[in-house]
This record gives sequence, C-alpha cells and structure tokens, in this order.
Amino acid sequence: MEHHIVLRVVAKLLIPVILLFALYVQFHGDYGPGGGFQAGVIFGAGLILYALIFGLQTIKKVVTPSFVHYMSGVGLLLYAGVGVISLFKGGNYLDYSFLSADPVHGQHLGILLIELGVGITVAFVMVSLFYAFAGYRQADLKVPPDTGHEATEKARDAVLEREPQ
Amino acid sequence: MTTIGLFNYWIVFVLMMSGLYIVIVSTNLIKKIIGLNIFQTSVFILYISIGKVSGGTAPILVDGITLYSNPLPHVLILTAIVVGVATTALGLAIVVRIHSAFNSIDEEEIYTTSD
Amino acid sequence: MEAIVDFALLAGLAAWAVAIVRLRSLFGAAMLFGIYSLHCALIFVVLDAVDVAFTEAAVGAGISTVLILGTLAITGIKLEVRHTRALIPLLITGTIGAALIYASVDMPLVGDPNAPANLHIVPDYIEGSATEIGIPNVVTSVLASYRGYDTLGEVTVIFTAGVGVLCLLGRGKPKRSRKPRG
Repeated sequence: MEHHIVLRVVAKLLIPVILLFALYVQFHGDYGPGGGFQAGVIFGAGLILYALIFGLQTIKKVVTPSFVHYMSGVGLLLYAGVGVISLFKGGNYLDYSFLSADPVHGQHLGILLIELGVGITVAFVMVSLFYAFAGYRQADLKVPPDTGHEATEKARDAVLEREPQ
Repeated sequence: MTTIGLFNYWIVFVLMMSGLYIVIVSTNLIKKIIGLNIFQTSVFILYISIGKVSGGTAPILVDGITLYSNPLPHVLILTAIVVGVATTALGLAIVVRIHSAFNSIDEEEIYTTSD
Repeated sequence: MEAIVDFALLAGLAAWAVAIVRLRSLFGAAMLFGIYSLHCALIFVVLDAVDVAFTEAAVGAGISTVLILGTLAITGIKLEVRHTRALIPLLITGTIGAALIYASVDMPLVGDPNAPANLHIVPDYIEGSATEIGIPNVVTSVLASYRGYDTLGEVTVIFTAGVGVLCLLGRGKPKRSRKPRG
C-alpha cells in the first residue's frame, strides 16, 4: 500500500482523532448522545481503518490477536462482575443503588462501569471479527504477504484466482 | 408541523418486502445476507417511527423542554444494531466455510455439486 | 418542514433498496448497502434517535461493509448475481406488502403523543432518569440501569457471535495440517 500516500497521510491524521472521539463518546454518554455500544463500534472502526491502510501484520504487532480475544471476554466479565458486587453489597443483581452510600452516586458508578464493559466487549469483538475475516484468506490459501510490489501483487492475484479442488 | 401520517410505515413495508424479495430470488448467499440486512434495517425504522413524538426532541433531558421522543425503542434498536452486525458476521463466516467446502456461494451450484 | 425532510429521506432510502434489488454486481450491492446504512442514520437523526444514528453510521457504513467486502475478497469479488424466475416471489412479496399496508391503517399515526407505545412506563423512565438515576441521557439510563439484564444478554450475544466466528474461521493463524487444495 506504499503508493496510496494520500490515504496513508489522511489516515494517520484521522485515526488518533477517531480513537479519542470514541473515548469521548464512551465517557460523555451519560450527558450527551453516546454510550458503550456507540463508543465500542467507533473504537473498533478506528482500529479496522488502521488495519486496512497499514496492513494486518502491522496492527497485529500492537493489538495482538490473543489480547483482542482476552479483552472481548474481559468486558463481559466486568459487566457481570458489577452485578455480582451489587449482590454482595446487599442489593439485587445489577442494582447499582447499593454500590455506594448515596443511591444516585451508586447509579452513576454502576452505569459508568457497565458502559465501560459494553464498550470493551463491542470494540474488541468487532476487531476480532475483522481479524478472523482478513486473516482467513492468508492462512488458508498461503497468499504471499502484501508488500505493494507489483510482482507480489501478481502472485497474490494468481493465488486468489486459482481454483481450489 | 404537518403530520407525517402513516408514510413511515409504508416505506418500512416497501423496504421489508425488498429484503424478502432479495432473499427469495437471489441464489447468491452474500446477496441473501444483504437482503436480510435490508429487512433488519426496515424493522429498525419501524421501531424508531413508533417512538417518534411530534414536536418532541431527542431524549436527553434539558431544562425548559418537557416533550421528548420515546427512549425505549431507541434502547432496543441501539443494541439490536450491534447484535445485528455480530450475527451478520456469523452468517458471513458460514458463507466462507461453504465456499471452502463447495468452491461456490451460489445455491444452485452447491445443489448440483452436492448431488 | 420536518415532515418534508422525512418524506424525502425515506423515499431516497426506498430508491436505494430498489437499486440494491436490481443490481447484478455483488461488489456494487455491497457498496450500495454501505450508502443505504448511512442514509438510514440520517433518518434516525430526523426521528430524534441520535444514539441509534451514531451506532448505525459506525456499524452499517463502516464495520458491516468492511465485513461483507472481506467475505467478497475470499469468495471472489467479480461475482455476478443470478436471479431465479421472479414472477412468483414478486406475487408473494406484493401480497404480503399489501396485507401489511392494509394492517397499518389501524396503527396510531407516526408522532402521535398519545399512542399506546408512548404512554406505558416511558413517562416513568423519563422522570426517573432525572430523579433516581441523575443522568440527562434517558437512553443511557434505560439501557444501563432500568434494562440492565436486557443489555447484559445483548452483550453476551455479541460475545457469543464473536466466539462463533472464531470457531468457524479459526483464530487467524495458519494451521499446519490444512493443506492447500490442488
């Protein structure tokens, strides 16, 4: 992808803003439009954009597949864990009023935590879906790595066009 | 503001039937999934239309405003969209596996191959 | 004014849907579906569902289009769609559509503040969001607090679907045992 200079430069400028915006949507969701689901998909889309422009191998160095798989479980556990804590504090499951001495403050805290859990799970499930689809071709068909050189492009095309069976 | 009437519902039904038509007519599995997605978005619009209140605003509490649109359909559809993309991905993954088993994603070709 | 914008956007959306139905190129259909989803997000803004519009714009135009294109990259991007004979499906969808429109005549008008959907429990949510929960965004407080179980279930579904895809497609690592067919 070395020849797509406009895409690379624009993506480099945009991706930090997209990720920052996702965090804003996540933590400002109580007061304006936003919340865990929206922030999760925006964060996931930012990471996927990076993978599309700079290649799957590049992003896998930073956001490793095993990290992605762990995190998609961690978000769900965080959500369920908040429910268990409110059980231990004497309330019903997922009753945030018992998380703090002041019920309204408890609700704030509970919503912040479970929205964080939702955001983490959604973001990393989206990334792991992308990894699964983008990695499948290379794993299955033994495609030469995408280097952007014309010769390897032709080799990739040859492999992809080749009829299995 | 003039009333929207039932126009939203009618368009929803047009979209719904376009999605159903794609699912019936197209033999290509990916096109079928696109059709299912169109059907799905039509249901989203149906719910959001039911929750609309004329003259209301988005359900974010602000001093001085008393009329808000119904937030409950928004909640249901918000989660449904994200669940929808996850299940679509599952469908596409099955299509990929079908392609690696039959070397085709066309229904009729798959039937003839599997005979 | 709001009604005119609503009419125009919905008519445009129906046009996109018909275009997707008629298009034979699979790549074209995938790209049109991205545009269709972004158009949907605009309609959600007009219908006051800002949170939903947010999600639809990021999911529909971004992630699901990327996933469909990713599948096309595996299965071959130059596919043309064949259609079977269209007369009977057209009759079926036409009949169902006519029946649905006939049924819709009894529904409350769009935007009716006294529709049953807008009277039951929702006023309690809007009031309680200010007093019990103390956050202005009612969608967040219903999603996270009043319907917390519901959302826990949805997040579990998303997680399970992700696990299902990983089971079907592997974890993206090449397997030694899987020979290239040939």
